[in-house]
Amino acid sequence: MDLNFTPEEEAFRAEVRAFLAEKLPKRLSDKVANGKHLSKADMEEWHAILNERGWLANHWPEQYGGPGWTAIEKFIFENECALANSPRIVPFGVNMLGPVLIKYGNEAQKQYWLPRILSGADWWCQGYSEPGAGSDLAAVKTTAVRGTDAEGDHYIVNGQKTWTTLGQHANMIFCLVRTNREAKKQEGISFLLVDMNSPGIDVRPIITLDGEHEVNEVFFTDVRVPAENLVGEENRGWTCAKYLLTYERTNIAGVGFSVAALARLKRIAGEQTRNGKPLLEDPTFASRLARVEIDLENMKTTNMRVIAAVAGGGVPGAESSMLKIRGTEIRQEILSLTRRAMGVYARPFTQDMLDADFAAEPFGPDFAAAATAQYFNNRKLSIFGGSNEIQKNIISKMILGL
Amino acid sequence: MNFEHTEERRMLADSLNRFIAEQYHIEARNRTAASEQGFSTEFWQQFAELGVLGALLREEDGGFGGAGFDIAVVFEALGRGLVLEPVLGSAVLAAEAISFAGNDEQKAALGEIASGDVIAAFAHDEPNTHYELARVQTTARREGDAWVLDGVKAVVQAAEGANVFVVSARTSGDVDAEQGISLFLVPKDAPGVSVRGTPTMDGGRVGDVTFAGVQLSEAALLGAEGAGYAALERAVGRGILALCAEAVGAMEAAKEATLDYLRTRKQFGVPIGSFQALQHRMADLLLEIEQARSTVINAAAALDADRITRERALSAAKMSIGRIGTLVAEECIQLHGGIGMTWELPMAHFAKRLVLIDHQLGDEDHHLERYIALGRAVQQDPAAA
Repeated sequence: MDLNFTPEEEAFRAEVRAFLAEKLPKRLSDKVANGKHLSKADMEEWHAILNERGWLANHWPEQYGGPGWTAIEKFIFENECALANSPRIVPFGVNMLGPVLIKYGNEAQKQYWLPRILSGADWWCQGYSEPGAGSDLAAVKTTAVRGTDAEGDHYIVNGQKTWTTLGQHANMIFCLVRTNREAKKQEGISFLLVDMNSPGIDVRPIITLDGEHEVNEVFFTDVRVPAENLVGEENRGWTCAKYLLTYERTNIAGVGFSVAALARLKRIAGEQTRNGKPLLEDPTFASRLARVEIDLENMKTTNMRVIAAVAGGGVPGAESSMLKIRGTEIRQEILSLTRRAMGVYARPFTQDMLDADFAAEPFGPDFAAAATAQYFNNRKLSIFGGSNEIQKNIISKMILGL
Repeated sequence: MNFEHTEERRMLADSLNRFIAEQYHIEARNRTAASEQGFSTEFWQQFAELGVLGALLREEDGGFGGAGFDIAVVFEALGRGLVLEPVLGSAVLAAEAISFAGNDEQKAALGEIASGDVIAAFAHDEPNTHYELARVQTTARREGDAWVLDGVKAVVQAAEGANVFVVSARTSGDVDAEQGISLFLVPKDAPGVSVRGTPTMDGGRVGDVTFAGVQLSEAALLGAEGAGYAALERAVGRGILALCAEAVGAMEAAKEATLDYLRTRKQFGVPIGSFQALQHRMADLLLEIEQARSTVINAAAALDADRITRERALSAAKMSIGRIGTLVAEECIQLHGGIGMTWELPMAHFAKRLVLIDHQLGDEDHHLERYIALGRAVQQDPAAA
């Protein structure tokens, strides 16, 4: 039993830190640290920096351009990035589609699409959820009907996807579509790659409760998709869908984000006062803070235990559901305390306060507007990626055998 | 990073778990708990032979273990069996106080603790304390070349079954000062020592121990006069780790029993485990128990760290265990429904132990407060870390 990283892992961590210190632009880390908006160009810039070093697709095998890291190295990398306030890697192409193509794609698909993910030629978004298929993902209704015409084999897609994160930036979308309406619902689904510039696609913004444009609805009206864009076999798309959902959840607990957010919370609570004393010394606030800090310390070890268990190369199963539930609860609690710490200044808010070039005098403490926005924005954590209630269903079935 | 126990520890855990599963039946355990002594001399000797006591003591103290993970492994197994024998008081609390503060002659007694021939009890809590480590009203004063001990110690584990007490007493300073606490080794049969014993809700016997003008020789003083606090902290720290690990063992047993029940008990024609309302509560418990396991690992790993790191990890662990242990107990009773309220159900005894572990060596509130205070000490004086 040894909670320390090996000398090799420590050396790796030092290498990651040195890279971040040298290559992560302060302009970007300042935006992240201060809860400011990141532009499409900001995210592309960070991807390019990582790709230059060969660290962008860190879940991919070496033969496809991944760095060949162990589970622990990936964990270290993700944590160090969070602690350094780096922008997050936009996961849809690199972390979601990439592994699916590597496992289920044909040779032509791998050769064409994978390099384009790395280079940033394509910006992918995820076409999974539908208005009638949220937690019950297999209920997708968007249809794809196969046909042949003068230009060759194709599918005609009709339907609607929703919660499409950063779809406004994307030129490609991977979709779960129904190709067989007769079969059991999981058995009639296919995995299709669709060009967002195709005629018949309409992207409409969904404005979230914090006023943010992050997610979208995508409508498909008689959209023609070349048959070669089918990944895996027709009607076997659910296998790809599940693989994508369970693949590589080493960072699902978001421990690095929580550690960074907790450090910020402590700094804020040292500056804000109650009864003339820093909030840190207020017994009630200090007690809330200590509770979440202790839970996080325990979570770090739980997370490492899961990673160590799969370090042999396995994919974490239902254990990642535990990490997801408690990890997101901890993140939400820290953000909730950060909002509380702002007192009356948690309320003033306009979207442009989160722009890096917002020139006016802020209302209250620097982070006040971002604190409230992040609190509301991150209510999503316990909803997306399989709601925490769905995770409990998975635990009941897979671990508890109920 | 490695979360596997060493081969030796795995073997010890295996043999101990097997012994407890095969020999330490709950019905007999409950009869023993209600017996005059509150534990079984026979089992005490068998545990000693199995190496339970020796594993808790360092080599130089006559044992063959004594590291944080030795304590964790042994007590998780004891927790699974709801073991009554006074391993904690003798081989952890009293033994560590002697090991930390004792002179060579006093430390010689550790061999007898390791063999089980001597049962030592740790007499520190008092009727007017609420887990505060430094609050000691029992007094010891010099009279000629002797010490005279006066006071009452509260809820001492196996006070009647012990041969010797490690007693904290104030020799100077204010009632809650860390300075001025001295430790003494007091034979139970010393004139002026009396024990008022009682069974407990969670099994085994404890006693309030009165020291009325007890005359002790200079050789009874354990460590330097007035400097006993550090030894108390070390002993209690190891005791906290032991209790936390014991709780994880008891949680596992309670969880398994509850899962069995959810799978077999039928209502409305189906196993009640098919109801989502119960599944989600059980999933929450599983998650909390894994967090409890992690907190024990953190505490065991920190046992030899610098003082603030160590004590914060121990308080974090005891606070977590207090919260989670109580939750597991309450939820397991609730998930069992009516049968969970009965003496007949083994799980109910695990639930009682889990709740009352929070009443030993500081509860959830005490350790949350202490964790915060220790953190503040670091902020004000980074050198303290």
